[in-house]
Amino acid sequence: MLSDAEWQAIALSLKIAGSAVGWILIPGIAVAWLLARHEFRGKSLLDGLLHLPLVLPPVVVGYLLLLSLGRHGWLGHWLYQWLGVSLPFTWQGAAVAGGVMAFPLLVRAVRLSLEAVDPKLEAAAGTLGANRWRVLFTITLPLAVPGLLTGAVLAFARALSEFGATITFASNIPGQTRTLPLALYTLIQTPGKESAAARLCVLSIVIAMLSLLASEWLARRARQRLQERDR
Amino acid sequence: MRESAESIASAALDCRLRKQLGDFSLDISLSVPSSGVTALFGQSGSGKTSLLRLIAGLDRPDEGHVRLGSRTLTDRAKRLHVPIHRRRLGVVFQEARLFPHYRVRGNLTYGMAPSARRRFDDLVSLLGIESLLDRLPGTLSGGEARRVAIGRALLTEPELLLMDEPLTGLDGDRKQELLNYLVRMTRDIDIPIVYVSHDTAEIAAIADHLALVEKGRLIAHGPLDDLMMRLDLTDRLGGFDAATRLLARLDKHDDHYALSHVVLNDGQRLKVPRIDRPLGAQVRLRIGVRDVALAREMPSGTSYRNGLRASIDAIEPSPQSPSTVEVLLRLGDQRLRARLTREACDEMQLREGQSVIALIRSVAFDAQSR
Repeated sequence: MLSDAEWQAIALSLKIAGSAVGWILIPGIAVAWLLARHEFRGKSLLDGLLHLPLVLPPVVVGYLLLLSLGRHGWLGHWLYQWLGVSLPFTWQGAAVAGGVMAFPLLVRAVRLSLEAVDPKLEAAAGTLGANRWRVLFTITLPLAVPGLLTGAVLAFARALSEFGATITFASNIPGQTRTLPLALYTLIQTPGKESAAARLCVLSIVIAMLSLLASEWLARRARQRLQERDR
Repeated sequence: MRESAESIASAALDCRLRKQLGDFSLDISLSVPSSGVTALFGQSGSGKTSLLRLIAGLDRPDEGHVRLGSRTLTDRAKRLHVPIHRRRLGVVFQEARLFPHYRVRGNLTYGMAPSARRRFDDLVSLLGIESLLDRLPGTLSGGEARRVAIGRALLTEPELLLMDEPLTGLDGDRKQELLNYLVRMTRDIDIPIVYVSHDTAEIAAIADHLALVEKGRLIAHGPLDDLMMRLDLTDRLGGFDAATRLLARLDKHDDHYALSHVVLNDGQRLKVPRIDRPLGAQVRLRIGVRDVALAREMPSGTSYRNGLRASIDAIEPSPQSPSTVEVLLRLGDQRLRARLTREACDEMQLREGQSVIALIRSVAFDAQSR
């Protein structure tokens, strides 16, 4: 039903988007917690910086990634020299680009759900002898699970649809960095491939819908467990 | 302010706290004896909950200290503030604050001290929550949730238990039921308890000591029975419905009339509506000052079931009404207060030192009096 190239693009897209969410999940929760539960100097600056990928043209983000993480960039240079890792033009690089673009969405969703956790419950846990880490892992995070799931799925969908930053930073290499949107773009550019492009378009819609449904289902299950049930 | 010598000598908690909260200033020195229930009593907005939060470490004072036994928990001068989780205080909040994602059992064991494990079953049955262990908090009634919250706090083996109006928001029957559990619990555990309340009947049932808080200041402090005898505090401690308490021992149940017979420590007997407690148990009887009548001799042919021999300690004008007087009575080492019309007092020619009979209707002991 699907061609090898189509399968390849789907598998690659899922792998890249999954990795993107994987690497931003813990930093995203940490930053969201910092913003939700702490007051510190430069908080609004951090908040603004976090939202940059949402408002900047993705190409600019890709270019900045290239400048900093490229082999001659200040961070990329260090990565290459000490770890032998080079990110541009690799699927890992595409995952980095997708993660950076998805980061603000993840942080927003997680922050909202952390802010919705009643601080009175956290104080009660404190009076029962729990230090702040135990409070975080046994009270705050479990109660924020529905929001965490929503945030993760949003981030996944955003990474899946990433185009501008990816093509700038990781290029469009078949089997390496050619994800669904890039494959679709390539087909549109090629005369006579309109029907193949339409197939990929439908495929993209199906995957997006499935991930939304999955998130709804997971969030509902998590909420049900937490919800106060009427007798 | 009057403080009794014994409460200072064996203080478990000693604090001096000052905090400015907007227009409201709190400035209170308080010592809590190492046994029994100390009620923090005052109107809402008097600062009793703020005081509780400062003791618990949920807020920091502008100035002052909190000491528990030999441990200093807060000392502004030394910039010391022991975090909540290392204070070893049990706190029962107004709302139960159970964790919705843990079952009742999980809530109970959340902060359980290893040494409390063997007490788990006893405490659970004392609080009557055996059948709730596998339920989620969202399915509990208000009274059940409070009981779980109390058990959860006690299982951390705290050195002091702080309770912030644990009966608030419960309806009459549930309230009475939980109050009975609380009274039973406070007899069974031997840690000091600070109990915040604005309900005089509740306090009469549960407290041994009283700290009266008004507008952020402590205006009286001492054994509750002493404070209940003070005329200057009548307005605050119930006013029209002011009461005093007698301590008695359950001696006999009369099943036919559904009465219980109790004995005071001077040997005099009283009949009260049946109290469902084992014989020999100590009970506190709350007696409204308006429910006591006086006679020179034991009358015959009256419906009064109880006549207690007492002597008059003092006769004072009632602070609230020009038509009544307050008669302070002594029965052995216990005291009782009666409110009479001034006219009756003059006609009977009552005087200090005189022996009288205090008549108390048996029906005057309501369920709250336990």
